[in-house]
Amino acid sequence: MGELRLMKGNEVLAEAAIRCGCDGYFGYPITPQSEVMETLMLRQPWNETGMVVLQAESEVASINMVYGAAGSGKKSMTSSSSPGISLMAEGISYIAGAELPCLIVNVQRGGPGLGTIQPSQADYFQAVKGGGHGDYKLIVLAPASVQEMNDFVDLGFELAFKYRNPAMILTDGALGQMMEKVELADFKPRWTDEEINEKWGDWATTGKPSSRKKNVINSLEMDSDIMEANNRRFQEKYKQMEKEETRYELFQCDDADFIIIAYGSSSRVCQKSVEIARAKGLKVGLLRPITLFPFPNKIIAELARKAKGFLSVEMSAGQMVEDIKLAVYESGRNTRVNHFGRTGGIIPTPSEVVDALEDKFSWELSYGVKRSY
Amino acid sequence: MELKDLIKPENLVYDKTSILEDEPMHYCPGCSHGVVHKILAELIGEMGIQEKTIGVAPVGCAVFAYRYLNIDWQEAAHGRAPAVATGIVRLKPDNFVFTYQGDGDLASIGTAEIMHACNRGENILVIFINNGIYGMTGGQMAPTTLEGMVTSTTPTGRNIDLNGYPMKITDLIAQLPGTSYVTRQAVHTAAATLKCKRSLKKAIENVLDKKGTSFVEVVSTCNSGWKMTPVGANQWMEDNMIPYYPLGDLKDSVKGEHKSEN
Repeated sequence: MGELRLMKGNEVLAEAAIRCGCDGYFGYPITPQSEVMETLMLRQPWNETGMVVLQAESEVASINMVYGAAGSGKKSMTSSSSPGISLMAEGISYIAGAELPCLIVNVQRGGPGLGTIQPSQADYFQAVKGGGHGDYKLIVLAPASVQEMNDFVDLGFELAFKYRNPAMILTDGALGQMMEKVELADFKPRWTDEEINEKWGDWATTGKPSSRKKNVINSLEMDSDIMEANNRRFQEKYKQMEKEETRYELFQCDDADFIIIAYGSSSRVCQKSVEIARAKGLKVGLLRPITLFPFPNKIIAELARKAKGFLSVEMSAGQMVEDIKLAVYESGRNTRVNHFGRTGGIIPTPSEVVDALEDKFSWELSYGVKRSY
Repeated sequence: MELKDLIKPENLVYDKTSILEDEPMHYCPGCSHGVVHKILAELIGEMGIQEKTIGVAPVGCAVFAYRYLNIDWQEAAHGRAPAVATGIVRLKPDNFVFTYQGDGDLASIGTAEIMHACNRGENILVIFINNGIYGMTGGQMAPTTLEGMVTSTTPTGRNIDLNGYPMKITDLIAQLPGTSYVTRQAVHTAAATLKCKRSLKKAIENVLDKKGTSFVEVVSTCNSGWKMTPVGANQWMEDNMIPYYPLGDLKDSVKGEHKSEN
């Protein structure tokens, strides 16, 4: 068993980065995730593993530093919160276009605009639909515990390098600030240039030796046929991710008439909602997507064969619910899909989720579904 | 005597450096970019640093710079080259990293990135091509466009009340303690080109010696954007640009020198 600690989610992100052999972190302070860089600066990993930590002049600069470092084949990351991620959108698009691996953490707060520093899940669209200009996707991981904040740093880098694609940990201020028990990973040494070449291919800018052609990290292509071929290749890569990387967790779904779908902080609330609903005789289950892109379409389609309804519970005005509707539509079923959300930095309570479920599915509850006590 | 009898090593008076690719340049005839590319390529070859060098290309006319020099390159977003270079050099401190940027890229959209990279004293070379215009997008006003200068977005000439003043960003850069060598050069004559090459060499040496940021502005022509002949543009530059952007070293010191004076 690894080292057990009681830590904040944000602190764990920093510790996990050091331990998984991250080469560079570039960031800019923003609430509610400032502890990530503060923890790194306090830990001084440059003395321990050689990891570089730099406070940039802006999120725009941070993400472009990540671009440069990633283009040199290094494991590099940044973290921010919603308004800062908006500023990074340009750089993230370039990183996706240049096919560079990196890790971006969004500890979400409420918006739009300056919004609130309280937790939110309103950046779902921005995260899973790309977020910047052009056709691209991020690999989006949604932790629901401080333990997963730890585990997904290493996993995020692993997937980012496997697909040469930016990965994002989409979390929120509640998980970032929450303290929980966490089992830390063991230290992994940082990769050498040779190991990077061997493991991931010889594409990085390291300085051109006579033994190979020059490497150019770039997203620009003036020939439309080649640019379209590039886009096709990206889309193939995203399809491959859908095949191989979709992750989710099911909770009491076997006999469920109604299935709540929720990720991250709201999925924790909804576990309790399932218990409350079942005590009231309602057969309710929970599907927790762990990857938001790729989205667990297939299991939703499968569940749609039996379930009378899906309730998307999000700390947003209704974003993931659109992807659930698409998944149900593609399944050919007409299972009803509803949404319940709180915004403004408010986390829904377990019982208000159950109230919403009973309210939104009152027709099914009156005519189609029997309560079993 | 046959031509083949003349082609002997002892008769060689000029050799194109192998760092310069055999790729036709997209630059307009008369443009300064080609000359700066050439002397930079020559220096990388002469100094034997091809294996160490990582270039960061800008958005602007030099967006295709990566096609012309046989070195590793990263293409940055508009204005972000100094941040990209920071990411590279912080993780690869023994490499020679440079950015190559125009006036729109460096002095307008990328002002924050260049100021802070220079202020941190990132160990990089910045080559700044100042031709007072946005060439690639069709000749719009740049931050360095002179007062009264006609561009496609200042059709009656740059108006100070409306557009503010031409920015002497290199003067600002020279104030930053992170910079070690800041100079302003040109390549419009053979003599100026040789001088510029000497300056670039010194700047590269400074970076290899880890002395902090070296910054070389090259006051340049854009005869297409200025709507002039190449020769006319050189003359106009000498008469108008150079009086406002005078050539010469603005700073020659070691990183942090200003800091210790405080």
